[in-house]
Formats: sequence, structure tokens, C-alpha cells
Amino acid sequence: MLPTIAFYLFSGIAVGSGLMMISARNPVHSVLYLILAFFSSAGLFVLLGAEFLAMLLVVVYVGAVAVLFLFVVMMLDIDFVQLRQGMMQNLPASATVGLILLAELILAFTARNGAGETAEKVAEVAPMAEQTANTNALGQIIYTDYFFMFQTAGLILLVAMIGAIVLTLRHREGVRRQNISEQVNRDPKEAVVLTNPRPGQGL
Amino acid sequence: MEALANFFATPFGVFLIIVGQVLALLVTLLILLAFLLLADRKIWAAVMMRRGPNVVGPFGLLQSFADFFKFIFKEIVVPAGANKGVYFIAPILTFTLAAAAWAVVPVGDGWVISDINVGILYIFAISSLGVYGIIMGGWASNSKYPFLGGLRSAAQMVSYEVSIGFIIVTVLLWAGSMNLSEIVEAQRQSNWFIATPLFPMFVVFFISALAETNRPPFDLPEAESELVAGYQVEYGSTPYLLFMIGEYLNIVLMCAMTTILFLGGWLPPIKALGFIPGPVWFLIKVCMVFFMFAMVKAMVPRYRYDQLMRLGWKVFLPLSLAWVILISGIVTYVPALPVLK
Repeated sequence: MLPTIAFYLFSGIAVGSGLMMISARNPVHSVLYLILAFFSSAGLFVLLGAEFLAMLLVVVYVGAVAVLFLFVVMMLDIDFVQLRQGMMQNLPASATVGLILLAELILAFTARNGAGETAEKVAEVAPMAEQTANTNALGQIIYTDYFFMFQTAGLILLVAMIGAIVLTLRHREGVRRQNISEQVNRDPKEAVVLTNPRPGQGL
Repeated sequence: MEALANFFATPFGVFLIIVGQVLALLVTLLILLAFLLLADRKIWAAVMMRRGPNVVGPFGLLQSFADFFKFIFKEIVVPAGANKGVYFIAPILTFTLAAAAWAVVPVGDGWVISDINVGILYIFAISSLGVYGIIMGGWASNSKYPFLGGLRSAAQMVSYEVSIGFIIVTVLLWAGSMNLSEIVEAQRQSNWFIATPLFPMFVVFFISALAETNRPPFDLPEAESELVAGYQVEYGSTPYLLFMIGEYLNIVLMCAMTTILFLGGWLPPIKALGFIPGPVWFLIKVCMVFFMFAMVKAMVPRYRYDQLMRLGWKVFLPLSLAWVILISGIVTYVPALPVLK
């Protein structure tokens, strides 16, 4: 009873906020609705028993990615009227993409439910689902069984990160920088000179 | 009697019990907060050789309650250009999230509202959401200083979350569990984690906690000399009160986290003192960490923004990352670790 109520609550909020996200006039509101959608999806994960994934969704997407997103959107200087003018032009293209996605999802789910061996397939990718918490199971799969895939994914991300840094890094001439270790290592003997000038003479 | 036991076994009864627990924790916490706030001001005053609040009640003990009523009875003023919905959601969000994080904090053996397996991740997730209250408040006020404060705060909290995440990883590697009660239990079986190779992480965690909660010396989001009061400029009355309570709840939460992760939670320091109940030890430890928070606020001058970023990304991040590697090495090659197999 209670899980059912929670399911409809979370999924209702997720779908509703998704709709509001694309229809909100103000882009900041859109991002806020997007965050609400993420958060409700995390609630759905909890209902599925995937508490680790739920927490990761909140930490990574809501806590980090969406913050940076909001950060950028807030600083944009946007003309809302102009923004909405392109909507009718882009509608056919975006509708096509949406329909293709929907078709693929329907195909995947019907194929999955139609096939007899689904239960075995699920059991295959979820080792020791009975014995351990799903955090341990995920750790076992990602860091032991599919270690090379994981490393490869990490390398791809590293390449992307280096690429982004290379593209945006600029060396400017004549910028004075603070060298902390140099400042900390300054010695009073070298930095301070004690003199005893006579009156009227100066240094 | 049996009828009562049966009633509390029904879903509605369980619900009532949980609501009771939540209320008990929140009310205790808020009352504690009133006195911690006063303690904060008193310690601050003592360091500056002032008296601090001493008018309301004996030794000024009721000062926080007087402040509370002052905030409640003030008029709520909304700036004309403010985005009203977001403007009011922001403080509510700050307060709610700060209170929600306490759901998994074990204050004694079995004294926890929700003993979930990923408790430490839950707290991490909820505290990473805390930035939204600030950034939304800053933006919705539609004014320059709050906006700058909100942006600063977003950048700062995201930066220090990274190293806090790595510190949490070292702790859970050492303990072998993500359940907060089990982490404390692990410290009963071996040393408190402050007395293990995790000690440097205790220091880094404390400093990161200061930055994460926008406490001085990292209170750049509300630096009064530059930004007047940052994201709170346009807030007054109850919305401001919610911001302030949320902020202090987060501070106490960070004190509790330090206690649980490194100082043995509700465990007594020596076995002979075990007759004093666990929650009392927990409270004592939290108050001690809070005292350290207050002393830092009183003594350390505010960081410059670039120094803050340098400390987060160039010092704490490599240090905590190196420690994750070191600790995983130790845990792999020392048979007795992790503490809970």
C-alpha cells in the first residue's frame, strides 16, 4: 500500500516536473524543475531497493552537475522572448528525436519481457543479490569483474578532461601570482634589515 | 498493555512511533541549538574580552529565545523585484534539508531514527543539496550582493565537497561499512579512528567542514566587509530565521559527523566510564567539536577567495586522494583490516 502510494507520488512528481522543465518560461526555473525530477527519480531508485544508486544520483547529478548547470544558467543574460521564437522551427526535429527514443524504449522493454530467460539474465548481472547489500554487489561487479571496462571508461573521461583544460587554458603575460611556499619559507634574516641611521641622514 | 503493543505493530502505529522519534530529536536539537548559539556568542565574546549577551535571563541564557521571538514577530518584507516563489522556497529548503540529514545520525547505541546501510552517503547527499538554498536565495533576491554571495557559496561548497567525499571514503575503507552505527561499532572494536592513520583526515575534515558550512574563516558567501551579508541581504524576519537555524543545524551536523567518524560517536573514552549513557558522551563530544568551531570563528581572519580555492583544490584534494590510495593499500595488505569484515 505505502510503496504504491510512494511510487505514484515520486513518478507523478518526476513526470510533472519534467513537463514543467520544458515549459517553464524562466530557464532558472527549468533547472530547478530538472533538479526536482532528479530527486524524485532518486526516490524511485530507493523504492526499487537500489539505495546506493539513489544516493549517487543525488550526490553526482543533483549535488554537483545541476549546481554547475544552475550556476551557468543564472549568469546568462537571456532574452526570453527571442528564446521562445525558435520553438516552432525546432519542433519537428525534437519531436522526431523524442519519438525515436520512445520507440527504442518500447522495443527494449517488450523484447526484455517477451524473452523467457530474462530472470536468468538479471540473476547473471546481479551476483550474490541475496547475500549482500547492493553496494557490495556493485563494487564486486564494477571493480572486480569488469575492471578493464571501468578503467577504460576512466581513461576516456581523463582524455575528455585534459581536452577541456587544453581548450580553455590561457597563459597570460604579466600576471602576478602568489607563490605560497616562497612566502612561507621567507626567513626573517633575509627579509628584515636593521639599520641605525643618524638623525637627518636617512638610509 | 498487550493491546498497546499490538497497536504499535500496525503500520499506523509504526508511523506514529516514527513521528514521535522525529519530534523528539528535532525538539531536542532545536533547544540544544538555542544554547549552542548562545555559547557561540559567549565564546566569541570571551576571546574578545567582552561579556557577550548577558541581559535576558540569568547570564543571558534566554537570549536565543528572545531573538527567536523577535524574528517571528517581525514583518516579512519581500523585495519588489524578487522572484517570489523561489525567494520563499530557498530558506524553507535550507531548513528542511539541514533537519532531514539528522534522520540517520546515531546519537546512541540504537538511538537512530533510520538505520540505513548507506547512511554516510545519505548525509553526504543531503549536505550537498544544502547549496541550493543559498544559491536560490541569492538569485531570487534579484540584487547584486546576494547574487555574488550565492555564486561564491556554490563554488565553495562544491569544491570542499570533493575532499569531504574522499575523506569519507578513507573512513569507510577503514571501517568496512557505510552504516554510521557500524562505523561507531568498528571504533569500539579497534581504536577511535582519530588514533589511527586516519588522523590527518580528521584535521582535513574539520577544516573542510568549516568551509562546507560557510563558517569563518571561510564565510566568504556572507563576508560583511565585501558583500554586506551575502545571500541573506534581502532576507528578514522568519525567512532569515530559517536560514540561520538551517546553517546552525548544518554546523551541529558537521560536529556530529566529526564525532561519529573520528571520535568514537557515543563510546566512552575509557571503559570504566561506560556507566554514563552513550547519548551523553555523544552530546559532550559534539559540544567539544562545536567549541573548536567557535574558537576558530573567534581567532582566525577570513581567507581571501583565491586562497580558499587553492586550499580546496590544490592542498586538500591531492592530500585526501593520496590518503585514499594509502589507506586502501593498508587495508589490502593488513589482515586485521577493515575492522568489520
